[in-house]
Amino acid sequence: MEAKEIIARRVAKELKDGDIVNLGFGIPTLVSNYIPKGINVIFQGENGVLGIGEVNKDNPDYEVTNAGNVPIKTLPFSSFFDTFMSFTMIRGGHIDVTVLGGIQVDEEGNLANWIIPGKMIAGIGGAMDLATGSKKLIVAMEHTAKGEPKILKKCTYPLTAKRKVNLIVTELSVIEVTKDGLLLKEISPYTTLEDVFKKTEAKLIIPKDLKIMEL
Amino acid sequence: MFEKIKKPTEALLFSDLKSGSTLLIAGFLANGTSEILIDAILELGVKDLTIICNDTSYPDKGVGKLIKERRVKKVITTHIGTNPETQKQYINKEIEVEFVPQGTLIERLRAYGAGLGGILTPVGVGTVVEEGKEKILINGKEYLLELPLGGDISIIKAKWGDEFGNLKYYGTARNFNPVMALAGKKVIAEVENLLKVGEMNPNEIETPGIFVDYIVKGGS
Repeated sequence: MEAKEIIARRVAKELKDGDIVNLGFGIPTLVSNYIPKGINVIFQGENGVLGIGEVNKDNPDYEVTNAGNVPIKTLPFSSFFDTFMSFTMIRGGHIDVTVLGGIQVDEEGNLANWIIPGKMIAGIGGAMDLATGSKKLIVAMEHTAKGEPKILKKCTYPLTAKRKVNLIVTELSVIEVTKDGLLLKEISPYTTLEDVFKKTEAKLIIPKDLKIMEL
Repeated sequence: MFEKIKKPTEALLFSDLKSGSTLLIAGFLANGTSEILIDAILELGVKDLTIICNDTSYPDKGVGKLIKERRVKKVITTHIGTNPETQKQYINKEIEVEFVPQGTLIERLRAYGAGLGGILTPVGVGTVVEEGKEKILINGKEYLLELPLGGDISIIKAKWGDEFGNLKYYGTARNFNPVMALAGKKVIAEVENLLKVGEMNPNEIETPGIFVDYIVKGGS
C-alpha cells in the first residue's frame, strides 16, 4: 500500500458518524475515499459549500466546486454560502474535524505548512482559521521529506498555528499531542519501533499499550 | 436610477480606474471572477495596481492574467500556490505579497463596508500574522486587532441581477462577491442574467442594489 493511502485510510477511521469535516489539499483530500461503512460525515468546503458529494465527472458545473476547484455533486441537504458564512462556521467552532497536510509538526503541537522561506510559498488560505477554530485538528502527512524528519522538537519554518494539532497520522505512526508531549499510539504493521525513532526528531512517549495501526 | 448599465471599459473609467488604483476582485480560484472586467482592465493599460483577492488564481485566469501581464504592484491575498507566475515574481521581489488568513480577509472587508473600526480574531496569534498588530486580552484569551480593509473599485460577478443592481449569486461562485460588494468606493458587477426591475423576487436578493454602482452584462 502506498504511503498516502495508508495515511488517508487511517485518518478516515478517526471520523465519527455525523462529524462536520474540512479536508485540506493533498493527502487530506484522499480521506473521503476511505470513510468506513456506516459512518456518515458531512464535508465542508471553505469556498462556500456544506455537504460535498462525489466528484461530478458526468455533468461538471464549474460553479459548483470543492475547495480544490473540482466540480462536485451536491447532496439533498447541501447548502451554498459566501466566505463570510464559511469562516463563521470555521472560526466559530462549528467544524468538528479538520485534516491538514503538514511540512513540520513539533512537540508542542505547532504546525508549519504554508511557506518554506525562499523556496516554496503557497500561502495561508483557510488553514490558520481552520486550525484555530476546529474542535479537532489532524495533520495527515508523510513521516519524512526526502529522508529528513518532519516531526521535530521545534518547527523551524513559519507557523500556521500554535499549539493546535491534536493528532498526527503518517504512514508509520499515529501520534497524539498531549500536554506532556507526543504520545506514540500506534505504529504501522510495515515498520518497526526502531525505524519510527530513527525517522522522528521529536521525543516520543511510548505507552504500555502501543498498538499496530489497523488499515 | 436605472442608468447603471455600462460597457466594461466605461464602467471602469466612470469608477475612476487608473494606474495605482486598489481593486477588490472577488472569486475563489477564478470561480466567481468577472473575466470580462479583468480583460477590460488589461485593455485600459493601467498598471501598478494593488489587488485584494482570495488567491491569485492561475496564470491565464482571473486575477492571474493581471499578474502575468505585470499590471500588479502589490497583492493582498490568502494564497498564491496555484499561480507559479506570482510565486516567481514574489521570489524575484517584482511583486509585493501581503498574506492574510482567509477568515481575517473577509472580516476586514466586511468591517470596512459595515462602518466598523476593526475586528478581533484569535487567528494568527503566535504566527508571523501577529507582527506589528495590537493584541487584546478578552476573558483570558488573546485576540489580534485587525483593521478594516477597503479599496477604490470592487469587481464582482453575479448569476442574476436587475437594472437597479439587486444581485443573486449561484453555487460556489458566491465566495467573496457579497462582501466585496460592500467594501469598494465604487462597485462594478458583471451580471450573467440581467433582468428588468420587478423580475426578481425580493426574498431572494442577496446584495441590495444600493451597493452596486455599475452593471456590466455578462456572457454565459
